[in-house]
Formats: sequence, structure tokens, C-alpha cells
Amino acid sequence: MRILLVEDDAEVARFVKKGLQEAGHTVEHAPNGRDGLFMAASESFDVLVLDRMLPGGVDGVRLVETLRGQGNRTPVLFLSALNAVDERVKGLKAGGDDYLTKPFAFAELLARVEALGRRPAAEVPTTRLKVADLELDLLSRTVTRGGRKVDVQPREFRLLEHLMRHAGQVVTRTMLLEKVWDYHFDPQTNVIDVHVSRLRHKLDKGFDKPLIHTVRNAGYMIRAEA
Amino acid sequence: MPNTSPANLPLIGLLRSASGRFALLFTAMFAAAATAAAVVLWWNTAGALDRQTDAAIRADATALVERQRDAGLTGLVAAIEDRLALDVQNESLYLLLAPDRRVLAGNLAVWPGEADVDAPWIRMPLLRDGTESEARMLRVELAGQHRLLVGRDVAEKLRLRGLLSEGIAWAASSSAAIALLGAWLLRRSLERRLMPVYGTAAAIGAGDLSRRVPLSDRQDEFDRLGMTMNAMLDRIAQLMEGVRGVSDAIAHDLRTPIARARAKLEEALGDAADEEALRAAVEQGIADLDGIARVFKAVLRIAEVEAGARRAAFAPVDMVPTLADAADLYGAAAEAREQVLAVDLPEALNLVGDRDLLLQAVANLLDNALKFTPDGGRVALSARVLDGVVEIAVADSGPGLAPDDRARAGERFFRADTSRNTPGSGLGLSLVRAVVALHRGDVVLEDTVRGREPPGLTVRLRLPSG
Repeated sequence: MRILLVEDDAEVARFVKKGLQEAGHTVEHAPNGRDGLFMAASESFDVLVLDRMLPGGVDGVRLVETLRGQGNRTPVLFLSALNAVDERVKGLKAGGDDYLTKPFAFAELLARVEALGRRPAAEVPTTRLKVADLELDLLSRTVTRGGRKVDVQPREFRLLEHLMRHAGQVVTRTMLLEKVWDYHFDPQTNVIDVHVSRLRHKLDKGFDKPLIHTVRNAGYMIRAEA
Repeated sequence: MPNTSPANLPLIGLLRSASGRFALLFTAMFAAAATAAAVVLWWNTAGALDRQTDAAIRADATALVERQRDAGLTGLVAAIEDRLALDVQNESLYLLLAPDRRVLAGNLAVWPGEADVDAPWIRMPLLRDGTESEARMLRVELAGQHRLLVGRDVAEKLRLRGLLSEGIAWAASSSAAIALLGAWLLRRSLERRLMPVYGTAAAIGAGDLSRRVPLSDRQDEFDRLGMTMNAMLDRIAQLMEGVRGVSDAIAHDLRTPIARARAKLEEALGDAADEEALRAAVEQGIADLDGIARVFKAVLRIAEVEAGARRAAFAPVDMVPTLADAADLYGAAAEAREQVLAVDLPEALNLVGDRDLLLQAVANLLDNALKFTPDGGRVALSARVLDGVVEIAVADSGPGLAPDDRARAGERFFRADTSRNTPGSGLGLSLVRAVVALHRGDVVLEDTVRGREPPGLTVRLRLPSG
């Protein structure tokens, strides 16, 4: 993916750029809002990673508003040192797609960037999701593995649906909390792990190949091969 | 403030002060009203006299013209002489002139030059018996080129007009003086009432935050201003207290984990036997930093909630799905430890508030309850509406809380001695208290079952509905 990083702190920018490049992405870096806006408007990117507060008169929110005003729909991830709930809402209202508060773990940033970049451009209505022998029917809301029905609770169904829509990608615990439970705070305990392990237990019972994998220091991923 | 002693220049001093300007405004309005009254008075007295005189002259002239028509010139001369003889007040003026400018009758010696203009009505000065006066005359052209002047001496009216003007001038100047005095008095009393407010504001500005505006018991606008200022100052003091609390908390309770993380990293740098050990130490260091960041975030969140700014985002919420979500989220964790999480919710729990904050508060309570309840224990989440109060209760079967500790639970970083070995930052209940206070509710802590050992802890959030 081609990613534009607009971040004024040189150290954070270097760290993020290096990490994204190691994950196989092309990264352009702009140190201020004006340059960032110019690059974002004149070139094509898959994802924009923007610091919320930028020098040079154009801050992250202004940048996104300007881009959206021009009809540019490139997904935007805000990075911000502002933790207040209102700030998050403000960022998303301006046209941001996701919001990550500093300090953050790089794995969290990478997972969110990849989730944004691989989001289907237009929501294609799908009725079935499939990973290896696991199938999810969105109409009848049933789960089958190897043709055998697996009983899941509604919340587990949504959890599995989210993982399967991002099959092959890392989904972090906070992403699950936000997307499946609509929680926007850190519950400080391993509540998500318990839900995932319960779901995993249900899916893998009687099968030798696990489907939901734990990615160390990051989150979870569902994929076919071990 | 420029100090141009206003005592020396009272008028400029008045204009500089708002109260002075108010007072002068009222003076001006007062003067305008007085002028209007004088104009009406003038119209009704002097004006009426004028009109009355004109009417009398016109009637007199008409009568004389008829007389000439009926009785001829001699009749007219006789009538004029009759009238002059009967005029005791000596106000009437007549002059009858023949075509050859000879005076036929009347008490005027000569035909006045003013009477040769086109307009029939004439106003002219008059000198009679050595006193100056004024006359009002009507010129009438008679048949046969005779001309007649009929008029009145209006000296009396002039005297009345003079009296009126003098009276109005006196009234105007004395009312202006009274108004200026009133303005000065008003300004002085306003200043006297505002002086304590200035004093308090100046003292606060100089750093003495304990000062408050003294109130009189009059309950007037100034007292209301004082009360509003005092309420604002109380709020500021409370916020300052909160900020101080946060900085104290950061100073005391973040230093320790930072020191610990730093020590571990430094030790690893010096003593790590191999790369594996160094890597493990760095990972531990990152985990410690994450923990510190999490505590920091929680402290800031509490401060944000306590500042009360989020009340602006309040909306009507039904708490039932929110509570069910929280129970769902923690249900799996309870199950993993073979604890029972019992949920008892009514049909609907409507209140006006911030869904995310309330959810976080309930999540913190459930988190605490599950943490302190032993494996296989029971935690109950219940809710009900009682007399317009939404009560949400989380009851656990843990060790409970000693009565002395209950009051302190909710202070930032407070942890009861019995909980030292349970993971946690001691901020969970602080946030709960802050959220409930934001919703103008209260938090009650009590034993789940009194007298049992362990008693367990029940936390009740009582929130006003609607």
C-alpha cells in the first residue's frame, strides 16, 4: 500500500515510517500540514496517517476537511496526543475514519492502517463469509465448520464476522472492543481474550487445525493455514 | 487605571463612570419631559390668549362693518366713539380713515406705517402714556375708500408671557441641578455597592483565591451578582483542587512505577547475560510504560469528567441495552473463573446522560466486583427505578470493605490494605464517582449481606432519571 504520513515529530515519524516499510508498504512523509495537504491532493494514496496537531497553519482536521471538500475519499487515520472524547468525535466528524491516541503500540497502528487500506471501496453486499472450512451465513446468522453447525451467541457471531471480514489481517483487542462492543475506552483487563478463547474453543472443537491465531503483542487473526 | 482625581472635575468624573452616564441619561430624559410640559403649557395659555384676542378683534370688526352698512359713515363714527367711551380697561384701539387720509374717529393719532402691508393682520409696537406696549390690529377696507383699523393693546398678554418664560427657565435650571445631584448620589451609591466586588476581584487577581464577595441581606441585583461571582469562584476553586489532586496523584503514584521501570531497564543494560535477557527486559520496560500511560489516561479521564464539560453532550439513553452489553462483555470473564454473573434488569431505564461514561462506570464496577470475588463466587448486576431515581447496583461476594475504607474508596489511587495483592490502579471507583457526580447522582457502598463473613460489597449508583 502507498501511505502518506503527516507527522511533525521527527522521531515518531521515523519510527512509524520504518515500521510501515518493514511491513511492505511505501511511505511518503510530510513534516507539516501544508506539505501534507499538497501531497495528499496531488498524488494518490491508499491511506493517510495524520497527526491531529500540525505546524504550518493547516492542522490534521483542516487537512481532512479540505480533502473531503475536494471529493477525496482516501481513508484517514488520526494520530493524536489529545485524549479527550470530544477530540476523537471532532476528528471523526471532520471526515477521519479512525483515531489512535499517543502513545500507541506500533502493532496497533499497523493493524488499523491495514484495516483501513484494505477496506472495500464500495460495501459489496455479501451474504456469506468463508475462511478454509469455516462458513458464516449472514442471512440465517449461522456458523458451520466442515459442514457441521457451530452454536454461537449473537455477540460471538459479530466477533467472528469482524474477524472474517478482516481475514488474514491482524485485529487488535481495542479494535474488537470498538467495532464489536462499541466501547471506546480501555477496560484494563483481558475481557476480550476470554471472549476470543471461548469462541476459538467452540470453533476448533473436533478439528485439528486452529483458525483463530493469537499474534503476540498485537491481537488476533483468522486465516486458513496454521 | 488612569487616576485623574474625579473629585476635582465632577462632571468629567460623572461622564467617565457608567453610573454617572446612566444618571445623566436620566437627567436628559427628565429635561426632555419638562420641556414638553412647558411647550404644552405655553400653547394652552399664551397661545390661547392670542387666539382669544384675534377672535374678539374679528368680531368687533365685523360688527363695525355691519354698522356702516346699516347706518352709514356717521353711524360707524358714533359706534366707534361709543365703544371707546365704554372701554374702561383702555385696551381697544380704533382708527377710521377717510380716503384723503383724514382721521374721522378713533384713539390712534396717526395711521401706522405697518398697516400698509398686504396682510390684513398687523402686529406693531405702541407707545401709550409713555409706556411701550404692543398692539394687535386688523385692517378693514370699507366701502367708499374708507379704511378702518380695529385692534387691542396686548400689554397684559406680554406680561403673562414674560412670567411664563421666567417660570419655565427657573423650573428647567432647578430640575437640571436636582438631576445632577441625583446623578452624583446614584453614582456614589452604585460605587459603594460595587466596591466590595472590585476588592474581591482584585484580591483574587492577586492570588488570594479564598476571598469571596461579601453579601448584604437585601437580595437585590448586587447581591445576585455577588452570589453568581461566589458560585463561579467556588467552582474555580474546586477545579483548581482537582488539578492539584491530579498533579499530586501523578507526582506520588506515577513516580513509583516510572522509577521501577527505569531501574529494571538500567539493571538490564548493565547486567543482562545475553541478548535474550536484554530483549525480555526491554519488553518488560515497554509493558511498564504502557501501564503508566494507561494510568495517566485514566487520571486525565477523571479530570475531564470532573471538569463537567461533557454535560453538554448529554442525551436521553435507555440504560438497559447498555447494562446488558456490559454484562455480556464481562460475562465471559466470569464464566472463565466459574463465577456466576446474575443480571436482573427492568423493561427500561430512561435517563439523560452520557452513554459511554455510564457504560465505563458500570464496566469498572463489574471489573472490580469480578476481581474481588473468589472463583466460583457470585456477582449480581441489577437495576430499578424508584421515585424518579435510577438505581444500578453491582453486588459481589468478595471480602467487602471496612466502614472506614468506604469513605476513602473513590479517592484517587486509594487502595484498601486488603486489596494490595490484587492488580489495579485504584482509579476505577474514582472514575465511577466522577461520572455519577457529573450526572448529579450519588454512590452508596454497603455490605452485600450484613453480618456474613466475608460480607461482600454492593455499590449502588443512584442517578436522577429524566
